Amino acid sequence: MNINLTMLGQLIAFVMFVVFCMRYVWPPLTEMMRTRQKLIADGLENASRAEQQLLQANESAANELEAAKREAGELITQARSRANQIVDEAKDQAKEEAKRIIDGAQEAIDQEISRARESLRARVSDLAVEGAEKILAQSIDRTAHEAMLTKLSQEL
Amino acid sequence: MASNAPTSQEYIQHHLTNLTYGQLPDGSWGIAHSPEEIKQMGFYAINLDTMIWSLGLGFVFLALFITAARHATAGVPGTLQNLCEMTVEFVETNIAQVFGSRPNALIGPLSLTILVWVFLMNLMDLIPVDFIPHAAALAGVPYFKVVATTDPNATLGMSIGVFILVLYYNFKIKGAKKFGAGLVTHPIPHWSMYWFNFILETVDMIAKPLSHGLRLFGNLYAGEMIFILIALLPFYAQWALSLPWAIFHILIIGLQAFVFMILTIVYLTQAHDTGEH
Repeated sequence: MNINLTMLGQLIAFVMFVVFCMRYVWPPLTEMMRTRQKLIADGLENASRAEQQLLQANESAANELEAAKREAGELITQARSRANQIVDEAKDQAKEEAKRIIDGAQEAIDQEISRARESLRARVSDLAVEGAEKILAQSIDRTAHEAMLTKLSQEL
Repeated sequence: MASNAPTSQEYIQHHLTNLTYGQLPDGSWGIAHSPEEIKQMGFYAINLDTMIWSLGLGFVFLALFITAARHATAGVPGTLQNLCEMTVEFVETNIAQVFGSRPNALIGPLSLTILVWVFLMNLMDLIPVDFIPHAAALAGVPYFKVVATTDPNATLGMSIGVFILVLYYNFKIKGAKKFGAGLVTHPIPHWSMYWFNFILETVDMIAKPLSHGLRLFGNLYAGEMIFILIALLPFYAQWALSLPWAIFHILIIGLQAFVFMILTIVYLTQAHDTGEH
């Protein structure tokens, strides 16, 4: 319990340790802790930003999916109506074609009829003359009765 | 320890005596072998055990922290680095709370040195009281106190160091004029009472390093004393008291180191405060 030179020795040792601590311990340790704090803060910030981006990406993906679905639905509707239209057109065309074929056939039939009638007409007058000739047995002159025969064939 | 079985008084006396080097009564220089010789040595003597332990533990502190600082990385820290960083951060937090954010390159390392150094010196108190003194006695060394902070020389040496810093900052921050004015105009701001104020402020100022150093010394000295008293009990009964006291002492050694550091910060803060005086 005696106060002696030890006190001075302690004071010197104390100063020495503080100086060493000030030079070699405190500055590097605190600086490094600041650096790490900054690193961690940056990391956290990046993480939260990435989370935000992920959220946005999810949202836009959902939006795009929605849009794609809508578009697909529209396309299907369009395709359906187009198909119906095509079928209708085809039906119309078919009807038209059928009508045209029928008309053509009708015309051909008509022509055939008139042709047949023509030939029949020619044949009838011939047959009538032939028949009359046979009946009258040459008592009638063909040339003398030409006028009557022509009138007859025209009546047919 | 003295030869033969010592009496209780001798035992206690032995444990409370430093290994002192100084001028012996016959005029030669050497190690004192009795408390009377130490008394006769007067001021020009040195407590070798205090110096050895405090210097040794100071170097342990520096070695630990310089190693940590050398290998420090801003990435994932190792165990030693973690420990050192925790300590540094603890000190920084306390400084930020008391001293604020004034730029000062000294207060951080100063506080860290005090905290760890005092803690390490206090920690020696947990080594069973007889181990090292007895080993030293066997080696022919008459006295060997292990806990440097139970020597008032050690604690007062540090508190005087802090006091010098307080004076330095008082002059630096406030200037001689303002500092002098503060000494005489407080607490009674009337010219007729200046002499009275001066006495009060001087006592206040001198009381600070004294109480600062003696508080640490007293706490550790008392703790050591109780360990010594417990050691006087029969060997089979000692554990019943020394174990709880040691566990309680774990708290004390950390707390006293912390108190010494906080008081240092508080005194330096007062030296920086210009507004109130």
